[in-house]
Amino acid sequence: MSLWQQSKEVMRVDLMVEQRIGDTFRIVLPFAVVALMIFSLAIPAGVGDIGDVGTAVFWGVAILYGMQVALRTSMSETEQRKNIAMLLGLDPAARFLGRSMAAALLLTGFMAVLFVAMVLLFSPDLPVGWACPIALAILLAAAGLAMLATLAGEVASGLRNRSALASLLIAPLAIPMVVGASQVLESMTGNNGILIWILLLITTDLTLLVAGVGLSRPLEEASR
Amino acid sequence: MSHLLQLDSVGVDLGGRPVLTDISLHLGSGEAIAIVGPNGSGKTTLLRLLATLLRPSQGSGTVLGADLRGVVERSVRISVGMITHAPALLDELTVWENLVHFCRISNRPEAVIPRALSAVGLENVADLRVDRCSFGMKRRAEIAWLLIAKPKLLLLDEARSGLDIEARSLVDSLARLTRERSGGVVAVSHDAGDLSLDFVAVHRLANGRMERVS
Repeated sequence: MSLWQQSKEVMRVDLMVEQRIGDTFRIVLPFAVVALMIFSLAIPAGVGDIGDVGTAVFWGVAILYGMQVALRTSMSETEQRKNIAMLLGLDPAARFLGRSMAAALLLTGFMAVLFVAMVLLFSPDLPVGWACPIALAILLAAAGLAMLATLAGEVASGLRNRSALASLLIAPLAIPMVVGASQVLESMTGNNGILIWILLLITTDLTLLVAGVGLSRPLEEASR
Repeated sequence: MSHLLQLDSVGVDLGGRPVLTDISLHLGSGEAIAIVGPNGSGKTTLLRLLATLLRPSQGSGTVLGADLRGVVERSVRISVGMITHAPALLDELTVWENLVHFCRISNRPEAVIPRALSAVGLENVADLRVDRCSFGMKRRAEIAWLLIAKPKLLLLDEARSGLDIEARSLVDSLARLTRERSGGVVAVSHDAGDLSLDFVAVHRLANGRMERVS
Protein backbone atom coordinates (compact mmCIF):
# COMPACT_ATOMS: atom_id res chain seq x y z
CA MET A 1 0.00 0.00 0.00
CA SER A 2 1.42 3.37 -0.98
CA LEU A 3 2.09 6.22 1.42
CA TRP A 4 -0.90 8.10 0.04
CA GLN A 5 -3.26 5.11 0.36
CA GLN A 6 -2.13 4.47 3.94
CA SER A 7 -2.62 8.18 4.73
CA LYS A 8 -6.16 8.10 3.34
CA GLU A 9 -6.95 4.98 5.37
CA VAL A 10 -5.67 6.60 8.59
CA MET A 11 -7.77 9.70 7.82
CA ARG A 12 -10.85 7.59 7.07
CA VAL A 13 -10.63 5.73 10.37
CA ASP A 14 -9.84 8.90 12.35
CA LEU A 15 -12.95 10.60 10.94
CA MET A 16 -15.07 7.50 11.53
CA VAL A 17 -13.99 7.42 15.18
CA GLU A 18 -14.68 11.15 15.50
CA GLN A 19 -18.13 10.71 13.97
CA ARG A 20 -18.95 8.13 16.65
CA ILE A 21 -17.54 9.87 19.72
CA GLY A 22 -18.31 13.42 18.57
CA ASP A 23 -15.57 15.21 20.55
CA THR A 24 -15.23 18.11 18.13
CA PHE A 25 -18.77 19.18 17.40
CA ARG A 26 -20.62 17.96 20.48
CA ILE A 27 -18.10 18.86 23.17
CA VAL A 28 -15.33 21.27 22.11
CA LEU A 29 -17.40 23.47 19.77
CA PRO A 30 -20.15 24.34 22.31
CA PHE A 31 -17.49 25.28 24.86
CA ALA A 32 -15.71 27.46 22.29
CA VAL A 33 -18.99 29.25 21.45
CA VAL A 34 -19.57 29.81 25.17
CA ALA A 35 -16.07 31.28 25.41
CA LEU A 36 -16.94 33.71 22.60
CA MET A 37 -20.13 34.67 24.45
CA ILE A 38 -18.21 35.29 27.67
CA PHE A 39 -15.79 37.56 25.81
CA SER A 40 -18.64 39.48 24.20
CA LEU A 41 -20.31 39.99 27.60
CA ALA A 42 -17.10 40.78 29.45
CA ILE A 43 -15.95 43.65 27.25
CA PRO A 44 -16.70 46.93 29.11
CA ALA A 45 -19.26 49.29 27.56
CA GLY A 46 -16.69 52.11 27.36
CA VAL A 47 -14.48 50.20 24.95
CA GLY A 48 -16.63 51.22 22.00
CA ASP A 49 -17.82 48.94 19.23
CA ILE A 50 -17.24 45.29 20.27
CA GLY A 51 -17.32 44.35 16.61
CA ASP A 52 -13.80 45.79 16.34
CA VAL A 53 -12.39 43.04 18.58
CA GLY A 54 -14.56 40.22 17.27
CA THR A 55 -12.11 38.76 14.76
CA ALA A 56 -9.20 38.97 17.22
CA VAL A 57 -11.23 37.11 19.84
CA PHE A 58 -12.31 34.60 17.18
CA TRP A 59 -8.74 33.69 16.25
CA GLY A 60 -7.66 33.45 19.88
CA VAL A 61 -10.54 31.13 20.78
CA ALA A 62 -10.20 29.17 17.51
CA ILE A 63 -6.52 28.42 18.08
CA LEU A 64 -6.85 27.59 21.79
CA TYR A 65 -9.87 25.32 21.41
CA GLY A 66 -8.65 24.07 18.05
CA MET A 67 -5.60 22.65 19.84
CA GLN A 68 -7.92 20.33 21.75
CA VAL A 69 -9.49 19.15 18.50
CA ALA A 70 -6.17 18.61 16.77
CA LEU A 71 -4.56 16.84 19.73
CA ARG A 72 -7.44 14.51 20.50
CA THR A 73 -6.17 11.48 18.55
CA SER A 74 -2.57 11.74 19.74
CA MET A 75 -3.59 12.17 23.36
CA SER A 76 -5.95 9.18 23.36
CA GLU A 77 -3.52 6.81 21.67
CA THR A 78 -2.39 3.94 23.85
CA GLU A 79 1.00 2.27 23.72
CA GLN A 80 -0.65 -0.92 22.45
CA ARG A 81 -2.34 0.81 19.54
CA LYS A 82 0.95 2.41 18.58
CA ASN A 83 2.68 -0.98 18.74
CA ILE A 84 0.01 -2.59 16.58
CA ALA A 85 0.31 0.22 14.02
CA MET A 86 4.04 -0.48 13.80
CA LEU A 87 3.45 -4.22 13.39
CA LEU A 88 0.89 -3.55 10.66
CA GLY A 89 3.64 -1.82 8.73
CA LEU A 90 2.03 1.61 8.94
CA ASP A 91 4.48 4.17 7.59
CA PRO A 92 4.94 6.85 10.29
CA ALA A 93 4.81 9.50 7.57
CA ALA A 94 1.41 8.14 6.51
CA ARG A 95 0.24 8.28 10.10
CA PHE A 96 1.34 11.93 10.31
CA LEU A 97 -0.33 12.81 7.01
CA GLY A 98 -3.53 10.87 7.70
CA ARG A 99 -4.00 12.30 11.15
CA SER A 100 -3.18 15.81 9.96
CA MET A 101 -5.69 15.58 7.10
CA ALA A 102 -8.43 14.34 9.42
CA ALA A 103 -7.68 17.05 11.99
CA ALA A 104 -7.52 19.72 9.25
CA LEU A 105 -10.98 18.76 7.97
CA LEU A 106 -12.45 18.82 11.47
CA LEU A 107 -10.74 22.12 12.30
CA THR A 108 -12.00 23.73 9.09
CA GLY A 109 -15.59 22.85 10.02
CA PHE A 110 -15.00 23.84 13.63
CA MET A 111 -13.57 27.25 12.71
CA ALA A 112 -16.27 27.90 10.09
CA VAL A 113 -19.05 27.37 12.64
CA LEU A 114 -17.14 29.40 15.23
CA PHE A 115 -16.75 32.27 12.74
CA VAL A 116 -20.49 32.36 12.13
CA ALA A 117 -21.05 32.40 15.91
CA MET A 118 -18.58 35.29 16.21
CA VAL A 119 -20.42 37.27 13.50
CA LEU A 120 -23.72 36.73 15.32
CA LEU A 121 -22.30 37.66 18.73
CA PHE A 122 -19.99 40.56 17.82
CA SER A 123 -21.62 41.91 14.61
CA PRO A 124 -18.28 43.05 13.12
CA ASP A 125 -18.17 45.34 10.06
CA LEU A 126 -16.91 42.88 7.48
CA PRO A 127 -15.33 44.38 4.36
CA VAL A 128 -16.77 43.74 0.92
CA GLY A 129 -15.68 40.37 -0.51
CA TRP A 130 -14.58 38.95 2.84
CA ALA A 131 -15.92 35.43 2.35
CA CYS A 132 -13.27 33.91 0.05
CA PRO A 133 -10.19 35.38 1.81
CA ILE A 134 -11.48 34.38 5.27
CA ALA A 135 -12.33 30.89 3.99
CA LEU A 136 -8.79 30.58 2.63
CA ALA A 137 -7.31 31.86 5.90
CA ILE A 138 -9.38 29.37 7.91
CA LEU A 139 -8.37 26.50 5.61
CA LEU A 140 -4.65 27.34 5.81
CA ALA A 141 -4.72 27.98 9.56
CA ALA A 142 -6.62 24.70 10.12
CA ALA A 143 -4.09 22.73 8.06
CA GLY A 144 -1.16 24.34 9.89
CA LEU A 145 -2.63 23.82 13.34
CA ALA A 146 -3.50 20.20 12.48
CA MET A 147 0.06 19.41 11.36
CA LEU A 148 1.60 21.28 14.30
CA ALA A 149 -0.58 19.42 16.81
CA THR A 150 0.06 16.04 15.19
CA LEU A 151 3.80 16.66 15.24
CA ALA A 152 3.68 17.88 18.86
CA GLY A 153 1.65 14.80 19.77
CA GLU A 154 4.35 12.57 18.28
CA VAL A 155 7.14 14.44 20.08
CA ALA A 156 5.32 14.21 23.42
CA SER A 157 4.22 10.60 22.82
CA GLY A 158 4.86 8.25 25.72
CA LEU A 159 5.47 11.01 28.26
CA ARG A 160 3.37 11.17 31.39
CA ASN A 161 2.58 14.89 30.98
CA ARG A 162 2.19 14.69 27.22
CA SER A 163 -1.07 16.62 27.12
CA ALA A 164 0.39 19.67 28.87
CA LEU A 165 3.71 19.38 27.02
CA ALA A 166 2.07 19.15 23.60
CA SER A 167 -0.02 22.25 24.30
CA LEU A 168 3.09 24.12 25.46
CA LEU A 169 4.87 23.14 22.24
CA ILE A 170 1.98 24.25 20.05
CA ALA A 171 1.20 27.64 21.60
CA PRO A 172 4.42 29.50 20.65
CA LEU A 173 4.78 27.74 17.30
CA ALA A 174 1.23 28.71 16.33
CA ILE A 175 2.10 32.43 16.44
CA PRO A 176 2.83 32.72 12.67
CA MET A 177 -0.57 31.16 11.97
CA VAL A 178 -2.42 33.46 14.36
CA VAL A 179 -0.67 36.53 12.94
CA GLY A 180 -1.16 35.49 9.31
CA ALA A 181 -4.80 34.46 9.68
CA SER A 182 -5.88 37.44 11.79
CA GLN A 183 -4.14 39.94 9.52
CA VAL A 184 -6.04 38.76 6.43
CA LEU A 185 -9.30 40.41 7.53
CA GLU A 186 -7.48 43.30 9.17
CA SER A 187 -5.67 44.14 5.93
CA MET A 188 -8.88 43.92 3.93
CA THR A 189 -10.55 46.36 6.33
CA GLY A 190 -7.65 48.79 5.86
CA ASN A 191 -7.60 48.27 2.08
CA ASN A 192 -4.12 46.74 2.28
CA GLY A 193 -2.94 43.68 0.38
CA ILE A 194 -3.48 40.27 1.93
CA LEU A 195 -1.01 38.35 -0.23
CA ILE A 196 1.86 38.62 2.24
CA TRP A 197 -0.29 37.11 5.01
CA ILE A 198 -1.54 34.31 2.78
CA LEU A 199 2.08 33.60 1.81
CA LEU A 200 3.04 33.52 5.51
CA LEU A 201 0.34 30.90 6.12
CA ILE A 202 1.38 28.83 3.09
CA THR A 203 5.06 28.99 4.09
CA THR A 204 4.22 27.90 7.65
CA ASP A 205 2.11 25.00 6.35
CA LEU A 206 4.80 23.82 3.93
CA THR A 207 7.46 24.02 6.65
CA LEU A 208 5.28 21.91 8.97
CA LEU A 209 4.55 19.43 6.20
CA VAL A 210 8.23 18.89 5.45
CA ALA A 211 9.13 18.75 9.16
CA GLY A 212 6.29 16.35 9.96
CA VAL A 213 7.03 13.91 7.15
CA GLY A 214 10.80 14.18 7.62
CA LEU A 215 10.75 13.69 11.39
CA SER A 216 8.13 10.94 11.54
CA ARG A 217 10.52 8.03 10.98
CA PRO A 218 13.28 9.31 13.34
CA LEU A 219 10.63 10.00 16.02
CA GLU A 220 9.29 6.46 15.67
CA GLU A 221 12.77 4.99 15.92
CA ALA A 222 13.54 7.21 18.93
CA SER A 223 10.51 5.77 20.70
CA ARG A 224 12.04 2.28 20.53
CA MET B 1 17.09 -25.26 10.30
CA SER B 2 17.28 -21.47 9.93
CA HIS B 3 17.09 -19.10 12.87
CA LEU B 4 14.03 -16.89 13.14
CA LEU B 5 15.48 -15.02 16.07
CA GLN B 6 18.77 -14.94 17.89
CA LEU B 7 19.66 -12.92 21.00
CA ASP B 8 23.23 -12.80 22.33
CA SER B 9 23.73 -11.40 25.85
CA VAL B 10 21.03 -8.81 25.32
CA GLY B 11 20.14 -6.28 27.98
CA VAL B 12 17.34 -3.73 28.00
CA ASP B 13 17.28 -0.64 30.23
CA LEU B 14 14.06 1.32 30.59
CA GLY B 15 14.22 4.72 32.26
CA GLY B 16 17.80 4.02 33.33
CA ARG B 17 16.76 0.81 35.10
CA PRO B 18 17.89 -2.59 33.81
CA VAL B 19 14.78 -4.65 33.01
CA LEU B 20 16.47 -7.47 31.10
CA THR B 21 20.06 -8.62 31.66
CA ASP B 22 22.27 -10.96 29.66
CA ILE B 23 19.48 -12.68 27.72
CA SER B 24 20.51 -15.26 25.13
CA LEU B 25 17.87 -17.02 23.09
CA HIS B 26 17.38 -18.61 19.73
CA LEU B 27 14.37 -19.91 17.84
CA GLY B 28 14.44 -21.99 14.69
CA SER B 29 11.74 -22.32 12.08
CA GLY B 30 8.93 -24.62 13.12
CA GLU B 31 9.85 -24.30 16.80
CA ALA B 32 8.06 -22.95 19.84
CA ILE B 33 9.61 -21.80 23.09
CA ALA B 34 7.99 -20.92 26.39
CA ILE B 35 9.10 -18.33 28.90
CA VAL B 36 7.58 -18.39 32.35
CA GLY B 37 8.12 -15.93 35.14
CA PRO B 38 6.34 -13.95 37.82
CA ASN B 39 4.72 -10.57 37.24
CA GLY B 40 7.32 -7.85 36.71
CA SER B 41 10.05 -10.27 35.68
CA GLY B 42 10.44 -8.65 32.23
CA LYS B 43 8.39 -11.04 30.07
CA THR B 44 6.42 -8.36 28.25
CA THR B 45 9.57 -6.28 27.74
CA LEU B 46 11.25 -9.33 26.19
CA LEU B 47 8.32 -9.83 23.81
CA ARG B 48 8.38 -6.15 22.85
CA LEU B 49 12.08 -6.52 22.11
CA LEU B 50 11.39 -9.59 19.93
CA ALA B 51 8.62 -7.66 18.16
CA THR B 52 11.28 -5.02 17.23
CA LEU B 53 9.39 -2.42 19.26
CA LEU B 54 12.35 -1.94 21.60
CA ARG B 55 16.07 -1.62 20.94
CA PRO B 56 18.57 -3.54 23.09
CA SER B 57 20.72 -1.47 25.42
CA GLN B 58 23.45 -4.13 25.48
CA GLY B 59 24.30 -7.15 23.38
CA SER B 60 23.08 -7.94 19.90
CA GLY B 61 20.26 -9.78 18.25
CA THR B 62 18.37 -10.43 15.06
CA VAL B 63 14.69 -11.04 14.39
CA LEU B 64 13.75 -12.45 10.98
CA GLY B 65 17.16 -11.33 9.78
CA ALA B 66 16.83 -7.73 11.00
CA ASP B 67 19.45 -6.33 13.38
CA LEU B 68 17.59 -5.16 16.50
CA ARG B 69 20.13 -2.38 17.06
CA GLY B 70 19.44 -0.76 13.70
CA VAL B 71 16.45 0.58 11.83
CA VAL B 72 13.98 -2.26 11.30
CA GLU B 73 12.24 -2.34 7.94
CA ARG B 74 8.44 -2.49 7.79
CA SER B 75 8.64 -5.69 5.75
CA VAL B 76 10.09 -7.38 8.85
CA ARG B 77 7.55 -5.93 11.25
CA ILE B 78 4.54 -7.10 9.25
CA SER B 79 5.88 -10.65 9.58
CA VAL B 80 5.61 -10.46 13.36
CA GLY B 81 2.26 -11.19 15.00
CA MET B 82 1.64 -10.45 18.64
CA ILE B 83 -1.16 -11.08 21.10
CA THR B 84 -0.69 -8.92 24.17
CA HIS B 85 -2.37 -9.42 27.53
CA ALA B 86 -4.87 -6.65 26.69
CA PRO B 87 -6.45 -6.84 23.21
CA ALA B 88 -5.21 -4.07 20.90
CA LEU B 89 -8.18 -3.13 18.74
CA LEU B 90 -9.85 0.19 17.98
CA ASP B 91 -12.74 0.31 20.45
CA GLU B 92 -14.90 2.70 18.43
CA LEU B 93 -14.91 0.45 15.34
CA THR B 94 -16.74 -2.82 14.83
CA VAL B 95 -14.93 -6.14 14.64
CA TRP B 96 -15.37 -6.11 10.87
CA GLU B 97 -14.11 -2.52 10.52
CA ASN B 98 -11.04 -3.31 12.60
CA LEU B 99 -10.12 -6.20 10.33
CA VAL B 100 -10.75 -4.14 7.19
CA HIS B 101 -8.52 -1.38 8.60
CA PHE B 102 -5.75 -3.85 9.45
CA CYS B 103 -5.98 -5.45 5.99
CA ARG B 104 -5.83 -2.12 4.20
CA ILE B 105 -2.88 -0.79 6.21
CA SER B 106 -0.85 -3.98 5.82
CA ASN B 107 -1.92 -4.57 2.21
CA ARG B 108 -3.63 -7.89 2.80
CA PRO B 109 -6.77 -9.09 0.99
CA GLU B 110 -10.10 -8.15 2.57
CA ALA B 111 -11.85 -11.05 0.83
CA VAL B 112 -10.57 -13.52 3.45
CA ILE B 113 -12.12 -11.66 6.41
CA PRO B 114 -15.45 -13.61 6.40
CA ARG B 115 -13.60 -16.93 6.46
CA ALA B 116 -11.33 -15.78 9.30
CA LEU B 117 -14.31 -14.54 11.34
CA SER B 118 -16.09 -17.83 10.73
CA ALA B 119 -13.02 -19.78 11.86
CA VAL B 120 -13.07 -18.02 15.25
CA GLY B 121 -16.86 -18.08 15.61
CA LEU B 122 -17.42 -14.33 15.26
CA GLU B 123 -19.33 -14.32 11.96
CA ASN B 124 -22.56 -13.29 13.70
CA VAL B 125 -21.09 -10.41 15.71
CA ALA B 126 -18.92 -8.84 13.00
CA ASP B 127 -20.98 -5.63 13.18
CA LEU B 128 -20.62 -5.27 16.95
CA ARG B 129 -18.48 -2.40 18.17
CA VAL B 130 -15.34 -3.61 19.94
CA ASP B 131 -16.11 -1.61 23.09
CA ARG B 132 -19.29 -3.69 23.42
CA CYS B 133 -17.49 -7.01 22.95
CA SER B 134 -16.45 -9.30 25.78
CA PHE B 135 -12.77 -9.96 26.44
CA GLY B 136 -13.07 -13.37 24.80
CA MET B 137 -14.65 -11.89 21.66
CA LYS B 138 -11.88 -9.32 21.39
CA ARG B 139 -9.30 -12.07 21.71
CA ARG B 140 -11.04 -14.07 18.99
CA ALA B 141 -11.00 -10.99 16.75
CA GLU B 142 -7.24 -10.72 17.26
CA ILE B 143 -6.87 -14.39 16.39
CA ALA B 144 -8.96 -13.82 13.24
CA TRP B 145 -6.56 -11.05 12.26
CA LEU B 146 -3.52 -13.26 12.82
CA LEU B 147 -5.13 -16.02 10.72
CA ILE B 148 -5.27 -13.47 7.91
CA ALA B 149 -1.81 -12.01 8.59
CA LYS B 150 -0.03 -15.40 8.74
CA PRO B 151 2.98 -14.12 10.74
CA LYS B 152 6.34 -15.86 10.55
CA LEU B 153 6.99 -15.08 14.19
CA LEU B 154 4.09 -15.32 16.63
CA LEU B 155 4.49 -13.75 20.07
CA LEU B 156 1.94 -14.73 22.72
CA ASP B 157 1.80 -12.68 25.92
CA GLU B 158 -0.52 -14.44 28.38
CA ALA B 159 -2.63 -15.15 25.29
CA ARG B 160 -4.65 -18.00 26.86
CA SER B 161 -5.38 -16.20 30.13
CA GLY B 162 -9.04 -15.51 30.83
CA LEU B 163 -10.31 -17.54 27.88
CA ASP B 164 -12.72 -20.46 27.76
CA ILE B 165 -11.59 -23.87 26.54
CA GLU B 166 -12.77 -23.25 22.97
CA ALA B 167 -10.96 -19.94 22.68
CA ARG B 168 -7.82 -21.47 24.19
CA SER B 169 -7.89 -24.12 21.51
CA LEU B 170 -8.04 -21.34 18.90
CA VAL B 171 -4.83 -19.84 20.32
CA ASP B 172 -3.23 -23.29 20.20
CA SER B 173 -4.42 -23.81 16.61
CA LEU B 174 -2.98 -20.46 15.60
CA ALA B 175 0.36 -21.42 17.11
CA ARG B 176 0.28 -24.82 15.41
CA LEU B 177 -0.53 -23.29 12.02
CA THR B 178 2.33 -20.82 12.43
CA ARG B 179 4.78 -23.65 13.12
CA GLU B 180 3.45 -25.72 10.22
CA ARG B 181 4.23 -22.78 7.93
CA SER B 182 7.86 -22.94 9.19
CA GLY B 183 7.27 -20.01 11.49
CA GLY B 184 8.11 -19.81 15.17
CA VAL B 185 6.24 -19.16 18.39
CA VAL B 186 7.35 -17.52 21.63
CA ALA B 187 4.80 -17.80 24.42
CA VAL B 188 5.16 -16.11 27.80
CA SER B 189 3.07 -16.58 30.90
CA HIS B 190 3.29 -16.22 34.66
CA ASP B 191 1.63 -19.63 34.93
CA ALA B 192 3.46 -22.64 33.47
CA GLY B 193 0.18 -24.57 33.49
CA ASP B 194 -1.26 -22.04 31.07
CA LEU B 195 1.11 -23.13 28.29
CA SER B 196 -0.01 -26.19 26.35
CA LEU B 197 2.11 -26.27 23.22
CA ASP B 198 4.86 -28.71 22.36
CA PHE B 199 7.81 -26.51 23.28
CA VAL B 200 11.40 -27.24 22.30
CA ALA B 201 12.58 -25.27 25.31
CA VAL B 202 11.13 -23.74 28.44
CA HIS B 203 12.93 -20.79 30.05
CA ARG B 204 12.36 -19.17 33.40
CA LEU B 205 12.65 -15.40 33.67
CA ALA B 206 13.17 -13.83 37.07
CA ASN B 207 14.38 -10.32 37.88
CA GLY B 208 15.29 -9.75 34.25
CA ARG B 209 17.55 -12.82 34.01
CA MET B 210 16.70 -15.98 32.15
CA GLU B 211 17.63 -19.61 32.65
CA ARG B 212 16.65 -22.67 30.63
CA VAL B 213 14.68 -25.17 32.69
CA SER B 214 13.92 -27.83 30.07
